[in-house]
Amino acid sequence: MSEVRDVVCPFCGCLCDDLVILVEEGKIAGVKNGCALSITKYLNYNRERISKPMVRKNGELEETSLEEAVNRAAELLANADYPVSYGWSNTSCEAIATGIELMEEVGGVIDNTSVVCHGPSVLGVHEVGHPTCTLGEIKNRADLIIYWASNPLQSHPRHLSRYTVMARGKFRKSRDERTLIVVDVRKTYTARVADYFIQIQPGKDYELLSALRTAVRGEELEQEEVAGVKREHIEEVADLLISCEFGVLFWGVGLTMTGGKYRNIDLAISLVRDLNAYTKFVMMPMRGHYNVVGANAVFTWQTGYPYAVDFSHGYPRYNPGETSVTDILVRGEADAALIVASDPASNFPRKAVEHLSRIPVVLIDPRWTSTTDIAEVVIPTAMLGIEVEGTAYRMDGVPIHMKKVINPPDGLKPDVEILRMILDRIRAMRGG
Amino acid sequence: MKRIKAVLITGRSYSQGMGIEFGKLSQQYRRIMNYCEMNEEDMKEIGVTAGSLVKLKSRRGELVLKTARPLQEVPRGVVFVPYGPWINKIIDEETHSTGMPSLKGIEVEIEPAEEHRAEGREEGGERLE
Repeated sequence: MSEVRDVVCPFCGCLCDDLVILVEEGKIAGVKNGCALSITKYLNYNRERISKPMVRKNGELEETSLEEAVNRAAELLANADYPVSYGWSNTSCEAIATGIELMEEVGGVIDNTSVVCHGPSVLGVHEVGHPTCTLGEIKNRADLIIYWASNPLQSHPRHLSRYTVMARGKFRKSRDERTLIVVDVRKTYTARVADYFIQIQPGKDYELLSALRTAVRGEELEQEEVAGVKREHIEEVADLLISCEFGVLFWGVGLTMTGGKYRNIDLAISLVRDLNAYTKFVMMPMRGHYNVVGANAVFTWQTGYPYAVDFSHGYPRYNPGETSVTDILVRGEADAALIVASDPASNFPRKAVEHLSRIPVVLIDPRWTSTTDIAEVVIPTAMLGIEVEGTAYRMDGVPIHMKKVINPPDGLKPDVEILRMILDRIRAMRGG
Repeated sequence: MKRIKAVLITGRSYSQGMGIEFGKLSQQYRRIMNYCEMNEEDMKEIGVTAGSLVKLKSRRGELVLKTARPLQEVPRGVVFVPYGPWINKIIDEETHSTGMPSLKGIEVEIEPAEEHRAEGREEGGERLE
């Protein structure tokens, strides 16, 4: 049995880079240092794999050659009037860059999974920017940590032990040197280990953020209770925030998926800005998919916009609500789709899925999902961080090289190569 | 029939994350995703217990799920369901010009639905937490 050390986990935005993978006869036999999600990923990655490219004929998916699948994908995308593309957060930055080039070539829309997770966070940050830093600085310096509408012990299981309250940092070495505040509707597992748990009524984040701002600015709260939280408790927490030396606000999709959406983020940024008049305070969204930050970064380098980019006018346009793939599908406007490393048939609202099932879908993904059932062309791939290498961005915007651990099954190529083949085929069809 | 109004919150969990890795077509994924967590007082109010079937009705549709005792405390008037293909059938596609559908804070009505057991809808309600 051999060991591959310093492996980067391709699950969540923590991108933990200290895994040790045990390999026996070319197969993964064990995982050290991983969380339950990571271990489950490495030990089950080969389940429900798609082994061969497929094209739908007479209503059934039939195995075919890679060349035929690529040709069919190229025809569908090149001949569409308004193709859309979605996914991109579970693949490499190199693949994302090629995908953007492809969708620009066909004059379509390219969107990534932020549209249904931290898209409103991005919109909020557009308004005024946000003070942030790396996870390393937080590990070494932060003495007050807030998780607002986020439950990292379930969604990012090693976040607390690697980067925050339980991490051994340079200047903060133990749990009792840090204060943990959790704001949530439910008393989550993370709330149970908090020093202060603020149980907020559902959908009242904007109200509580406003009340905290009032208290932080030294103004008097008129209400006895805001969002289900007593005035004394709000004032006590405001005092804690002001008196810390280095505070950080991590927020989850509980702030972006509820009423107010990007306005909640706008207000959270305002609170952190107010706090910086008293002390050092930073903030960071808890990004879910392991390379969703990379998707936002590569989109922004190449188009100027982080998601929901529309090339149909010949230049990039960005107007979430209009150019977001969720809205385009709900309005029934797209006439073909390229899905990469994602399962929108499971994750989109019913009305969007209904339209997706009516149009030809090209799916590039390693495993069977609900989206496979509605796809016209399916091209399986090798998995980044397990079978192929590439670049991904951690939730704090640090790019990390994802290692290859074992060889992919015969015939499976990385996403980036397949996308390049489709793009070359489209250009050849157009005489370019 | 007794029914209550509640606020639906979808969210991620260990089970949901691990279920994806077991495979989205697997029975394991189906079992560990297809449930809801309610406050015990709310369950008493509509006369159901952990393991009962309930129907969730939103303005976009309805869905039958198995109830489970909350492992993470759910306040009264709130129902939690793992984010995934089942609950997405009844969430609102309206994005309010942001691209983001409302996946939390959705108004629903909940009522007992034991009559659906005969249709084989009792699958689900298992967690790995």
